Amino acid sequence: MLLYALRRLIYLVPVAFGVSLLVFALVHLAPGDPISAIVPPDAPKEVVDKLKEYYGFDQPLPVQYLRWLGVTLTGDLGTSIGTGRSVAAEVGSAFGNTIILAISATLFAFTLAVILGTSAAYAKSRIVDRLVTMISLIGVSVPHFWLAIVLVIIFAVELGVLPPMGMGPENSTGWTFDRAHLAHMVLPTIALSVIPLGVVTRTVRSTVKETLSMEFVTALQAKGMRDSRILFHVLKNAAPTCLAVMGLQAGNLIGGSILIETVFAWPGTGFLLNSAIFRRDLPILQGTTLVLAGFFMLLNLTVDIIQTMVDPRIKRG
Amino acid sequence: MALQSPSLDIGGAVLVKPTPTSAGRGYWQSVGRRLRRDPVTLVCAAILILLVLASMASPWLGMADPYKTSMLRRLYPLGSPNHWLGTDELGRDMFARLIYGGRLSLFMGVTPVVFALMIGGSLGILAGFVGGKTNMAIMRVMDVFYAFPSVLLAISLSGAMGAGTENTLLSLTLVFIPPICRVSESVTTQVRGFDFVDAAKASGASAFTIVRVHVLGNVLGPILVYATSLISVAIILAAGLSFLGLGVKPPEPEWGLMLNTLRQAIYVNPVLAALPGVMIFITSICFNLMSDGLRAAMDVKA
Repeated sequence: MLLYALRRLIYLVPVAFGVSLLVFALVHLAPGDPISAIVPPDAPKEVVDKLKEYYGFDQPLPVQYLRWLGVTLTGDLGTSIGTGRSVAAEVGSAFGNTIILAISATLFAFTLAVILGTSAAYAKSRIVDRLVTMISLIGVSVPHFWLAIVLVIIFAVELGVLPPMGMGPENSTGWTFDRAHLAHMVLPTIALSVIPLGVVTRTVRSTVKETLSMEFVTALQAKGMRDSRILFHVLKNAAPTCLAVMGLQAGNLIGGSILIETVFAWPGTGFLLNSAIFRRDLPILQGTTLVLAGFFMLLNLTVDIIQTMVDPRIKRG
Repeated sequence: MALQSPSLDIGGAVLVKPTPTSAGRGYWQSVGRRLRRDPVTLVCAAILILLVLASMASPWLGMADPYKTSMLRRLYPLGSPNHWLGTDELGRDMFARLIYGGRLSLFMGVTPVVFALMIGGSLGILAGFVGGKTNMAIMRVMDVFYAFPSVLLAISLSGAMGAGTENTLLSLTLVFIPPICRVSESVTTQVRGFDFVDAAKASGASAFTIVRVHVLGNVLGPILVYATSLISVAIILAAGLSFLGLGVKPPEPEWGLMLNTLRQAIYVNPVLAALPGVMIFITSICFNLMSDGLRAAMDVKA
């Protein structure tokens, strides 16, 4: 088991190297050079050259990359061109806020998806099955940023029962466990959870249905086992497939969060990324992308390992 | 037991299994027959065709000018005389803008998938058929792209390159190449293992002939079905980029961008502010249902 985990981790090294190349290339995809984006067009050439030298943009690309990689590996993501603060600090505080939202949306989506999917698979009546299928179809088809706006319109503008934006009272940027902060979380959580809800409900429904048709279920029934006990066995068998899909969805939630955070002005990485793009703050863009991709890779690795642990049938070479 | 996880986040889980049948004319005829008997697919196809035709023919439909602003007629509610869907924040006719908006929104959703299908499909079939080091090289590069949540990849690429239709198309194409490539590779690898490929090799068929006759016929269906399931994702993503201000630039009518600029109106005219999203929703749901219908029609062993 440990060996498998280790091997997967080693396999991640070349991928991480590729990711770092891609993230580094982001800055150079930008039209013009990264400096001309932040200085006024009539800035004297000496100033521009000084700045280029300061940020290291005067070096050849491979040198720049190695330098950047070396510095990045020590945990230093550079300085924000816009605010002059350390990128690591900015991304760090925003990342925490994104994670809070992601965890809440993940819990909400997965709990609901397991309940809906299982009941659809068990349903004798076609209406329940149809209804659940429709919910999952809506989940995968709805533009979630639009749903966010609709939720704001209904619950904040028309009914006035929930706050329309922000993470807490008075532009709070640090999350605490209290009523006001929880109220601010409700709408973003729902908006963020629709996609995973749709995808996972689909998976749970089809996997549980497939498991129910297996012979061991008939055997357990013939043996006279209680239905609730059988359900336990069915879920245990359906778990690995569902876990794999859930893991991927949890990771993608971080990406989908960018749009939701923008709608709700939630001070997370998505909001940071979006504002960095408009200030042409490339170090922040780079740093945020790198941190999120790194997190996504580790999450996928973890899901993979957990999956191998819960399902002894999977033997990976 | 190889577990295949869904290849793209936003779309549903798509597991493609190759159909080891001769995909001759009879096969496609039966697919067409099954599709014609599927009412859901037919209705969705009708809605989409209507949307495409209306948006293409929009200049000749006698609608109001979607670019003509008016300071006096801003944010008219639904059902106003001459503007039955109201007017937007600059006084432009909403109905005209929603119909015109279909041009860019549909174009920006479908084009990246088509490009990605051509590039990713070729790469995947190449990797799957040749195998060995070529496979390694191609698939490891794809793994790098897989290390990003696709929305993040699209936004970071567009953010770095700057707003604009071409850049959006480019970044979305890049986002969709890896999943299509992965699916193509896995189906091709499976098909390559079938006996008829060995038989063809033994009878002296060239690699090109084998790919053209035996591989393509078997893998094209599953790849195509998978690609259609990505269109709805692409439409939402493209609209999302425009919504963030990273896609189409104003004053072009485009659903995502309209949602963005109308956000300031949610207190004044909330229903109006939500309208462009309804269009995105309808389009994406139709593409999803059509893709489901196509999969059902094609996956059945003939």
